[in-house]
Amino acid sequence: MNNIKTSSAIRRRYRADGRFKVYCLAAVLFALLFLVFFFSDLMTRGWPALLQAEVQADIHYSEVVAEGRYRKAIDKSLRPLVSRGWLRTLPLYLEDHPQKMGSREELWVIASSAVDQYLKGHSSKLKLRHRKLVDKLKSEGRIKLAFNTGLFTRGDSKMPEIAGIRSAVVGTLYVLFLTMIFALPTGIMTAIYLEEFAPDNRFIRLIELNINNLAAIPSIMFGLLGLAIFINFFGVPRSSALAGGLTLALMTLPVVVISARAALKAIPDSIREGALGVGASPWQSIWHHVLPLAMPGIMTGSIIGLAQAMGETAPLIIVGMIAYIPDSPDGILDAATVLPAQIYTWAGEPMRAYAERTAAGILVLLAVLLSMNALAIGLRRHFERRW
Amino acid sequence: MNEASSAEPVSSADAMIGIDGLRLWYGDHEVLHGVSLGIRERHVTAFIGPSGCGKSTLLRCVNRMNDRIQGCRLEGSVMLDGTDIYAPDVDVVQLRTRVGMVFQKPNPFPKTIYENIAYAPRIHGIARNGVAMDELVENCLHRAGLWEEVKDKLQQPGTALSGGQQQRLCIARTIAVRPEVILMDEPCSALDPIATAKIEELIDELKNEFTIVIVTHNMQQAARVSDYTAFFYLGDLIEYADTSTIFTAPNKTQTEDYITGRFG
Amino acid sequence: MTTADIIFVFIAGLLPLAWGAHFLGTRQAESAGRKVALHSRPGQYGWFAVLSLSLPALVVAVVASLLSLSGLYQPPPTMILIASLLVGTGGLVLSIRAIQPALRARNLIEKVIRWMLLLAAGLSILTTLGIVLSVLFEAIEFFHLVGFWDFLTGTEWHPDTAFLQGAGRAAEGVAKPQFGSVPIFAGTLMITAIAMMVALPVGLYAAIFMSEYASPRLRGWLKPALEILAGIPTVVYGFFAAITISPLVVQMAAFLGIHSDATNALAPGIVMGVMIIPFISSLSDDVLHSVPQALRESSLALGTTKAETIRHIVLPAAMPGIVSAALLGISRAIGETMIVVMAAGLRPNLTWNPLEGMTTVTVRIVDALTGDQAFNSPLTLSAFGLGLVLLVMTMILNLISLSVVRRFRMKYE
Repeated sequence: MNNIKTSSAIRRRYRADGRFKVYCLAAVLFALLFLVFFFSDLMTRGWPALLQAEVQADIHYSEVVAEGRYRKAIDKSLRPLVSRGWLRTLPLYLEDHPQKMGSREELWVIASSAVDQYLKGHSSKLKLRHRKLVDKLKSEGRIKLAFNTGLFTRGDSKMPEIAGIRSAVVGTLYVLFLTMIFALPTGIMTAIYLEEFAPDNRFIRLIELNINNLAAIPSIMFGLLGLAIFINFFGVPRSSALAGGLTLALMTLPVVVISARAALKAIPDSIREGALGVGASPWQSIWHHVLPLAMPGIMTGSIIGLAQAMGETAPLIIVGMIAYIPDSPDGILDAATVLPAQIYTWAGEPMRAYAERTAAGILVLLAVLLSMNALAIGLRRHFERRW
Repeated sequence: MNEASSAEPVSSADAMIGIDGLRLWYGDHEVLHGVSLGIRERHVTAFIGPSGCGKSTLLRCVNRMNDRIQGCRLEGSVMLDGTDIYAPDVDVVQLRTRVGMVFQKPNPFPKTIYENIAYAPRIHGIARNGVAMDELVENCLHRAGLWEEVKDKLQQPGTALSGGQQQRLCIARTIAVRPEVILMDEPCSALDPIATAKIEELIDELKNEFTIVIVTHNMQQAARVSDYTAFFYLGDLIEYADTSTIFTAPNKTQTEDYITGRFG
Repeated sequence: MTTADIIFVFIAGLLPLAWGAHFLGTRQAESAGRKVALHSRPGQYGWFAVLSLSLPALVVAVVASLLSLSGLYQPPPTMILIASLLVGTGGLVLSIRAIQPALRARNLIEKVIRWMLLLAAGLSILTTLGIVLSVLFEAIEFFHLVGFWDFLTGTEWHPDTAFLQGAGRAAEGVAKPQFGSVPIFAGTLMITAIAMMVALPVGLYAAIFMSEYASPRLRGWLKPALEILAGIPTVVYGFFAAITISPLVVQMAAFLGIHSDATNALAPGIVMGVMIIPFISSLSDDVLHSVPQALRESSLALGTTKAETIRHIVLPAAMPGIVSAALLGISRAIGETMIVVMAAGLRPNLTWNPLEGMTTVTVRIVDALTGDQAFNSPLTLSAFGLGLVLLVMTMILNLISLSVVRRFRMKYE
């Protein structure tokens, strides 16, 4: 008769048991550690871009400046340190503020990206004598690293020190708004039809299969659709927020449909029967009872779908939304760019200062997306109920 | 028979499984309030009682299936051949090879009939593949009274069998491990009367080799198959005696009420 | 007036009209209902009037714009605007006349609602059709220029002189552009394979941990945490692969004494694999969870260890779901664009060495469509040829995966 105490054969099996558990744990740890590594890497790359070197300089608003020789606005010794991109805006500024003509002003102005990188301790092509000058000014407190508000208030630029994400953020808002007004109503209506009205026939099953398939089709295919149908056939302007919004709406549609269906399916039939039992019509039972109860679930899925659309790049590249857009678009037909596309174009720039700004843009994008997802999860937990 | 022996029909010397003062909680809810009874080797013992009386819970204590349930804790002891199965050095896996279990719903693995039976012996090293395994599979199917029905379709999935056949397949795979005790948790509740009759016949044969404990809702079944019957009510053992005593001359009025169908 | 202005004026004109229609319809029904009981509520007659106004107006507007888009007849936009609003008003007048107590306004509204819902559901079919047709037509044109067989079996991809062909100078003795897609598909498959080698084991073991070992509480935290990986935009992964992982791969290779290109296939492959982990783990966790508890219990009751039960009983039972998750993962990997665009390079390269740079289908699509080529040049069209093959591949994977998972559901639900 065998015993119920541990034997050696069993000990071997237990070791296999333990190993298996270790593999499982290792897999989870790998994924979590990757997350930690990923975020800390992006943080360390991105945070320097939140600071920007500024130089205290005496600006002279002279006639020469208004004529376009803007470099004369500043003392010769400081010229190599100051951003040319910033100086270039001076003639326009004077046109808008003619009363300043001839006056002088002590200002903190944006330094060139070489100075900026040198101050942050990165490799910089700043000349040796200029480095000495920067060191001297720094000890005098006339050069400093300040919070980089320009990153958020300026549009794209060919000069990294004055490049910002503003136009991309505005473009993203336009595109996301269009995606929302196209995809949400259609998606929710589709879900209501499939869940509440659809007969069980071949056509309906085809629609269901088709929606599940659409959800897994590569996003770039939606870009090809947008290019061929919206731009080439319907004549929607290339690079416009409308082209991007329509394309993303079609991409988001299946996500909204699938989650809205799940939310509707979770509402028990007793609710519908109760409403029908007191004489409500089918539509009334849905509109007054089922839909309000399913709304939190539908919203959760919609937020996740929109977050996905907001991070999408590939189809937008195909419809031309990677154009160089320094100014915020004024309408849905203007050429626009979005934050992920801005990140893509900046990532392609060879200058180190752009890599920094790319990472900063990524941090902004991730912060928004993660809070959207957290909101969705929070909504789900808050409204979760068991029937 | 006097009062004392009717409460304890199995003397501790005869008992293969000795349950002593067993209390069990699911979270804060006490399900068993101190149950003591002995189970005799190579006999059939039936646990009866209304739903929620704790009879299935008690059964699952005997092979420690309750370990899997979170927030479950117990006091008291369960002895198998004089060893406390809840002692820290007891190996649960080893224990379960000695105390097998058949469940309420027939649940063959989603594998072939052959693999359903060969699975556990292979893991325990009772038989490797090949002739020895073929013989073992055939032998177990014979003993479960299933061989004639399935001998030509051993490679078909076990889930394709009828409910009664599936349950006999589950019994066959349990005896393939060569346990000493077989626990049956309402094994016929999902079956039709003909399939039930077959299982009952099988139990009658199996008791020559195995100690069987069966939980059942069906009092006629308990009367038909068991040698001893224990009646539980709300987590207490009310009465435990020879099956004939319980059904003809129960000692307690609660038992009487239950078997005559006045509640339950 | 621009198109946007026209649409704006149309909506701005329709809204007050609709409001008026609702008011008129309701009042008409109320006055009619004084003597005889109404079939529906007065407000529903109001909505009936709104629908009678807006549906004809919309139909006229849509038909007219389709007509002018197709180029058959191009009425001036202002005319469309006025015509549709007039027709709408006509519908409104008729509907007000039709309002009587016996009119079943509610049933009519609900019928319209149902049709609108069906229309919305049909849009998804149109989307698929749109994708298939838009890719198909351009692809056919491309295969006229290049030849389907040359495209599928050619091992040289040199589209550089395609623009000359586009400019009608093909006969001037320049090297003929070559569109052999084998190296491109080889690159796609290589990177997909690397990605799955990361995603499949990690995703599957993580799923087993979540469904079999973790407490419900821990699982409730782990699952969203892993899903963060799926929520990170691919452009961010691309940046990370190009700027952090690629140099790391080069350093590791150098440490082992092997040469690695700065843009190699390994870096995007690994990062893509991490991106796909949650697709595998979440889906597998769901199917593992739906394997009946009874199967685990009966296996454990036979005296097996937990790992044995998982490996021999639970995993085989969940296999269809896991296979389906893996197929979806492969489909993702094949169609993934940004990571490879940013980190895999543009060089068509037929090699087994994952440390060399190679290009993928999606990279070439993006490359072909972001240049300044004329739309009908073979290079631009090649994007659609590649897109067609990509579409067919992913659709087959998706459909197999969907049917496998549906059969699995039927078995256990």
